[in-house]
Amino acid sequence: MTGGLGSIGIGPYLTVSAILLVLGVFGIFLNRKNVIIILMSIELILLSANLNFVAFSSALGDLSGQVFTLFVLTIAAAESAIGLAIVTVYFRNRGSIEVEDITMMKG
Amino acid sequence: MMTQIVFYVFATVLVLSAGMVVSARNPVHSVLFLILAFFNAAGLFLVAGAEFLAMILVIVYVGAVAVLFLFVVMMLDVRFAQMREGLQRYAPFGAAVGLVLLAELALAFSHWQVAQDIASVPHVVAAPGRTNTAALGDVLYTHYVFLFEACGLVLLVAMIGAIVLTLRERPMGRRQNIDRQHERTAADTLAMMTVPLGQGVAANGGFRRPEHSYYIASVPGSYGVTEEPVPQGKPVDKTAQGGHGTDNHGGLPQ
Repeated sequence: MTGGLGSIGIGPYLTVSAILLVLGVFGIFLNRKNVIIILMSIELILLSANLNFVAFSSALGDLSGQVFTLFVLTIAAAESAIGLAIVTVYFRNRGSIEVEDITMMKG
Repeated sequence: MMTQIVFYVFATVLVLSAGMVVSARNPVHSVLFLILAFFNAAGLFLVAGAEFLAMILVIVYVGAVAVLFLFVVMMLDVRFAQMREGLQRYAPFGAAVGLVLLAELALAFSHWQVAQDIASVPHVVAAPGRTNTAALGDVLYTHYVFLFEACGLVLLVAMIGAIVLTLRERPMGRRQNIDRQHERTAADTLAMMTVPLGQGVAANGGFRRPEHSYYIASVPGSYGVTEEPVPQGKPVDKTAQGGHGTDNHGGLPQ
């Protein structure tokens, strides 16, 4: 099971990835007002998913995980580009980027 | 042993910088710590043997995404200090959610085991002697070619979406009208006149548009001109309304 990971094994990888995921979720709650930091937290969460993919790919000797990491990377880039575009437009219209005001956009 | 040391150095710095991303006071510092986190994650990828992805992570994330974040953080003039008001209120709640999530993950991992017949499952294996990049290419353009194309589509949609979202129509902007440019002929813009010797142009009424000038005659209403064409030879000062010349081009519609 430690396949391509050598002496490290998959456990430490999964631990690091789990901590990263928890930090990302924590960041979303901590910075509820700042959209930009929330977007960065989402990047951290996606990074932890990527770390899991790569670790399993390496441990199982299966390249599919790395291909999926590539796809996740693509989606993350697209997501942050769209997110930052929305933030820019929102800031232009309202002069702030506080998430709590965003409910005013509906209706 | 060396691998383990490298792994734990990268992992420690990754976790610490991720913690700084979410807790830094200044968002610019957050972005810089995010870049550090990406570099260390690339190191972890390298330790796991995914060289291509490590390089892509550095190029795409550090080179594009993080710089985009930096750009937006610096471009938007946001008072970030005011944004941290609710921090004390949300911190316990966030910590509770995080701890619950961590405990659940720990439970899941501690009771998790690999299936016995994992080796019999068909794997996508790199051909012997292929480097990581070449093997990834072998798989990506054969097994996963449709997903690859779909990724291209996602990027295209994201690009168009970002442009559409941020494109601002400026009412005063000058637009190129290709049809009208093509319709223009020399007769619209040029009038050959015989200027008597020794009198100069001023005696003939000064500079003026041709008789059937494109600006005035052929497109009524263009450039804000709605009334009859201004009599030639008597320049009317319309600069007060923001336009130039007798036809008020570039000025506000009247």
